[in-house]
Amino acid sequence: MLELDNLHIALKGFQLSADFSIRENRSTAILGPSGGGKSTLLMALAGFTPHSGQIRWRGHNISGLPPSNRPISMLFQENNLFPQLSIAQNVGLGLRPDLRLSAQDKSGVEEALARVGLEGRGADLPKQLSGGERQRVALARTVLRQKPIWLLDEPFAALGPALRRDMLDLVEDIRKVQSATLLLVTHAPEDARHIAKSCIFIDKNKALPPVETERFFSQPAPGFKDYLG
Amino acid sequence: MGGRPEPVTRPSKIFGWAALFAVALLVIVPVLALLSKAGTGGGGALFWPAIRFTLLQASLSALISVALAVPLAKALARRRFTGRRLMISLLGAPFILPSIVAVFGLLAIWGRGGVFSDLLAMADLGPLDIYGLKGVLLAHVFFNLPLATRLLLQGWQAVPAEHFRLATQLDLGRPARFRLFDLPILRSTVPTALLLVFMLAMSSFAVALALGGGPKASTIELAIYQALRFEFDLAGAARLAIVQLLIGLTAAALAFRLGRGAVFGGSLHIGYHEESRQIWPRLLDGVVIVAAALFIGLPLLAILLNGLNGLLTGLPPGLFGALKTSLIVALTSTLLALGLVLLLIHLINSVQGGGRIELFVMLLMATSPFVIGTGLFILLNPFVSPFALALPITALVNAALALPLMLRILRPAMQRAERDYGQLADTLGLSGWSRFRWLTWPQIRPELGFATGLAAALSMGDLGVITLFAPPDTQTLPLLMYRLMGSYRMDAAAGVALILLASSFALFYLFDKGGRHA
Amino acid sequence: MKNILFAAALSLPFGGVMAQNLPELNVYTYDSFVTDWGPGPKIKAAFEAECTCTLNFIAAGDGAALLSRLRLEGARSKADIALGLDNSLMEQARALGLFAPLAAPPQELNLPVAWQDDTFMPYDWGYLAFVYDNTRLQDVPDSFTALAASDLDIIIQDPRSSTPGLGLALWVKAAYGDQASGIWADLADNIVTVTKGWSEAYGMFLNGEADMVLSYTTSPAYHLIAEGDNSKSAAAFIEGHYLQIEVAAKLANSPESELADRFLAFITSDAFQSIIPETNWMYPVTDTPLPEGFASLITPKPVSGDLTPSATAKSAVVEEWVAALSQ
Repeated sequence: MLELDNLHIALKGFQLSADFSIRENRSTAILGPSGGGKSTLLMALAGFTPHSGQIRWRGHNISGLPPSNRPISMLFQENNLFPQLSIAQNVGLGLRPDLRLSAQDKSGVEEALARVGLEGRGADLPKQLSGGERQRVALARTVLRQKPIWLLDEPFAALGPALRRDMLDLVEDIRKVQSATLLLVTHAPEDARHIAKSCIFIDKNKALPPVETERFFSQPAPGFKDYLG
Repeated sequence: MGGRPEPVTRPSKIFGWAALFAVALLVIVPVLALLSKAGTGGGGALFWPAIRFTLLQASLSALISVALAVPLAKALARRRFTGRRLMISLLGAPFILPSIVAVFGLLAIWGRGGVFSDLLAMADLGPLDIYGLKGVLLAHVFFNLPLATRLLLQGWQAVPAEHFRLATQLDLGRPARFRLFDLPILRSTVPTALLLVFMLAMSSFAVALALGGGPKASTIELAIYQALRFEFDLAGAARLAIVQLLIGLTAAALAFRLGRGAVFGGSLHIGYHEESRQIWPRLLDGVVIVAAALFIGLPLLAILLNGLNGLLTGLPPGLFGALKTSLIVALTSTLLALGLVLLLIHLINSVQGGGRIELFVMLLMATSPFVIGTGLFILLNPFVSPFALALPITALVNAALALPLMLRILRPAMQRAERDYGQLADTLGLSGWSRFRWLTWPQIRPELGFATGLAAALSMGDLGVITLFAPPDTQTLPLLMYRLMGSYRMDAAAGVALILLASSFALFYLFDKGGRHA
Repeated sequence: MKNILFAAALSLPFGGVMAQNLPELNVYTYDSFVTDWGPGPKIKAAFEAECTCTLNFIAAGDGAALLSRLRLEGARSKADIALGLDNSLMEQARALGLFAPLAAPPQELNLPVAWQDDTFMPYDWGYLAFVYDNTRLQDVPDSFTALAASDLDIIIQDPRSSTPGLGLALWVKAAYGDQASGIWADLADNIVTVTKGWSEAYGMFLNGEADMVLSYTTSPAYHLIAEGDNSKSAAAFIEGHYLQIEVAAKLANSPESELADRFLAFITSDAFQSIIPETNWMYPVTDTPLPEGFASLITPKPVSGDLTPSATAKSAVVEEWVAALSQ
């Protein structure tokens, strides 16, 4: 269980509060108007944005932990790769921050790359890859890090619908294998329907508690109706 | 470097060539004009020693300024504290001081009659002796450390915030961070910073002499001045000017070879902000920032107090007229420089061998204002009274001298904008003015603000060619200040110096801030 | 673009059309002459009161810059008169062949040396001297040898870029001839630094950077009269002092030749001469009464030597100076 206990974020001209729990080992989508605070909520969970209240994971308060000590991997919209490192090195960072990779580490990297469909591309540089492929590399790194919580901040927003669905399937497959808890920020209701078991709607400075996806769409909250238009 | 040629409309390229022609007019033509007048041979007794000392002091000034700028820029990049913005703005101040004002400010702190010597005297110790190479370096580091810091800081600010967050999440250690951030940032910014400081220090003359302690501290620029003003050896001055241009060319070529464009991707979230929980790195950064603030701030404070004292004795006549003239010249030359630099960048990006054009523009920094002034005078005199053109020429020359700085600051930003949004603009069919207005302008605004701010302030504080052309009824603030000093009125001159500093800084601040905010 | 036009418009008053149709006399001079506190405005008013003409002073840096501007402009120069050359520049100026002989060479000038010249009209003079703070310095050296033997700190100007700097080099040469180089070597450890011009040096001295500074015997008069401060004095040297005589001359191409002659004659009038001491801080060339503060100044004798050295002689002196101090 990931508990957001009286979480409150106050930034310049912006406020967001959340007070609910998210179930483990399933995918939850976060929807809402742009500028509403979807990304900000993830940043707070990952430890990049200060907040009041508590974040608890399996009963332990993780609010005070530095980002690297949290049980969390985060994928950004862009810039997930260091341009001057090779694909394999970018993935390897997930295992060894100093990049002193053993033979075993290296085969782990290769396996992870194979898992996301990029076998044999380890020596390439990020600029030789397409946008979708770059996000796959970042996903491979997430796989290797084996953190129980994955935060995805619209990582596939730039991809076409078919490719996006493939990527979501891939994410969901791997997530199941690792029994990870996934929070996916998206602005596309079809993405939420595709992989999320439950959905969180952010409206007017408040993140509403998660609702089962079926019900979320069949009995939409008033704000969500406006959002869909 | 974004090798993809962008669509270029023919007329704008023609303007680009025209801008380049204007640069050539100022780099090459004055030297030719000098050579065309027969001179009496002889390079002067101090020809070789002057070259040697110039190279030595300029190289050391560049190395020390940039070496100190690295920890300062890094500390400023990763810490957030009250007054940080003000400090970053203040970094522009020393650079725009007229040299004589800076010398007095520095001496008020480091001189024999300065604060430190007074403190030492209380402990029965002799006064500080800063004259000699160390004094020259002290002054040049005071001038250029802030500039180098700003240039380096731009490098850190170009790194996407996601990369820093990623590094934090992955718990990357010091060596990995150094390799991933510092090294590529330094590789893309340090050569430029070294080059600019080297060029600026190379053309120093009054400062080098005043703090150098004697004729051993003679620079090429002094030899040029001597040849022009005292010996009227135009050919000799031209030869010295050519030597200086060749040194500048070599330095620029070297820096261009070393410098590689930054390879960071674009991001909507820019800015390095790391609140380290460890105490030692924070303490160290704090010490660096405080030391730099004192080093830069104390002489400025001395100038401020001295100037206030001067203003209390009354405003010298002609002050407001001089202020107005200076502002007009500064704004004119800033507009001119901005137009020229944008046309030049456009040209550089759109023709084969654009790098060579950039190299050529850098040579403006290695030109001597005396040579430009005298050369233009020789050229214009047969046709028109040079007096009548004093202010336009001053504006043009000031604009030209700011061009290299602006080019080095703006071009990487424009390349970044093209790389990140060029294709988008292509698909939308944006070209010419609308491409600039909607694509380039919003992307390069911070750099544009910084660069135009420097240009305006530099022009404001520059005595430059106006002394050669000065018309009778018009004087600029620096001219007024020198005239006051030349007739014993040191207090009044200090007051004018303060007004000059304040107005230059205000111009710089407005442009610089305008770039960073809405 | 608007700004450029504006700037150009600002510079129009000169070179453009003048309001009245009075004859105009253009006098090129140095910067400090034309300032509001310099002699320029008062002399303009005094001369215009009697000439029915317009007198324009045009500043061109210092004396050396003035000469180089005349050279650059050559026969096209707009100048009718050049005012502000001195005896160290005179021979170079004469060699240009741009100047016309004086219509009426001056009679009986009040100069420390005998003067005869058919082209250049002296308008003021002064001695170089080392100036010090008499509240802090008790053992005042009375010669270059005494100065070199002392541990006093001095600031001087560079002869390659400054007129008084050149004067000092010529002074030592005149006083010591072949031994000048040795004197400079002995002085080397007294010299705190060498500046580009007089202003830097004098400012640094006032800020306490040195015990003495190369300036003029009249410098203390400025502090006394303008600031009521009697703490500055000039040291009298037994070798005699370098004499600077400032001169004016008429350009041969002047279209206002007669008016120019009248101005040159006006120079020795009381109206002109009485303005000089308290604006240019130099001595008048006639026996016009001096302001009270001048009475306390030292009155040394001139060092004997070539008053108007040739360009070659000056270059040799400067080269010797550089060599002696670059050891």
